[in-house]
Amino acid sequence: MDIFFFLVFAAIALISAVNVVLQRHPIASALSLIGVMGSIAVLYLLLGAEFIAMAQIIVYAGAVMVLFIFVIMLLNAGAEERRGRSWTSQLLGIPALLAFVALIVYFVQRGFADAGNVKFGNFTGGSAQSVGYALFTAYLLPFEVTSVLILVAIVGAIVLARKEMD
Amino acid sequence: MPEALQALNNGVPISWYLVLSALLFALGVAGFLLRRNIITVFMCIELMLNAVNLSFVAFSNQHKQVAGHIFTFFVMVVAAAEAAVGLAIILTVFKNRATLNIDEISSLKN
Repeated sequence: MDIFFFLVFAAIALISAVNVVLQRHPIASALSLIGVMGSIAVLYLLLGAEFIAMAQIIVYAGAVMVLFIFVIMLLNAGAEERRGRSWTSQLLGIPALLAFVALIVYFVQRGFADAGNVKFGNFTGGSAQSVGYALFTAYLLPFEVTSVLILVAIVGAIVLARKEMD
Repeated sequence: MPEALQALNNGVPISWYLVLSALLFALGVAGFLLRRNIITVFMCIELMLNAVNLSFVAFSNQHKQVAGHIFTFFVMVVAAAEAAVGLAIILTVFKNRATLNIDEISSLKN
C-alpha cells in the first residue's frame, strides 16, 4: 500500500514540476507548483511527519503561493515571449541536466541502497507534540532568533513596497 | 510470488525518496535557468527548497529522529520570509522598469 501511494504522489509531483518548468504563463506555473506542494505534503504524511505536512499545506500551499498569485495578478504578468537561445545552451543544456541527475542517482543508489525502508507507522516522532517539544527545548535559541528574522522580513517588505511620499 | 508480495509490503526504500528529491531539485534548476519571467524564476527556487525539505524528512525517518523536521520547519520559515521580501523587490522593480523579463533587468551588469 505504501508503495502505491508513493508512486502515485511521486508521479503527480514530477508531472506538476515538469509543468512548472514548461508552462510559459506564470499563473499556470504557480498552480502547478501548488500541485507539487500538495503531493509532497502527502509524502510527508507517509514519512510520519504529520506536523510538517500540515505546515507545508498551510504555509507553502496556503500563504506563500497566495502571495505569488496575488503578485502575478497585481502585475498582470502575461506569458513570456519566446526567444532564441545560443546553440551551445540548446545543445548542452539537457545533457548536462541529465548528467547531473544521473550522478546524484548513482551516488544515492551506492550510498543508501540498504538504508532501510519507509513504512507508514514505523516512525511516530513527527507529531505536533514531539516537534513542539524539540523546538522549545533543544532548539529554543534558533526558534527565538527566527522571530527576529520574520520581523526584519516584515519591515523590509513594507519599506520596499511602500509608496514614495514626498 | 509470495516473496514479491512480501517485498511490496515492506514499504518504500529511502533511496526512492532521495531520487525523487533529486529529480525535483534538477527540475527546479532547469526552470531557474530556462525561464525568463522573474516570478517563475522565483517559484523555481521554492521548488528547489521543497525538494531539499523532502530529503530532510526522509533522513529524519531513517534515523528516527525529529531533527530533520525541525530543520524543515526553519527552511519553511526562511522561505516564507524570503517570498515576502522577494516579491516586494519584484514589485519595486516592476514599478521602476515596467518589465518582468530578467534579460532586461541588467543594471548591475553594466
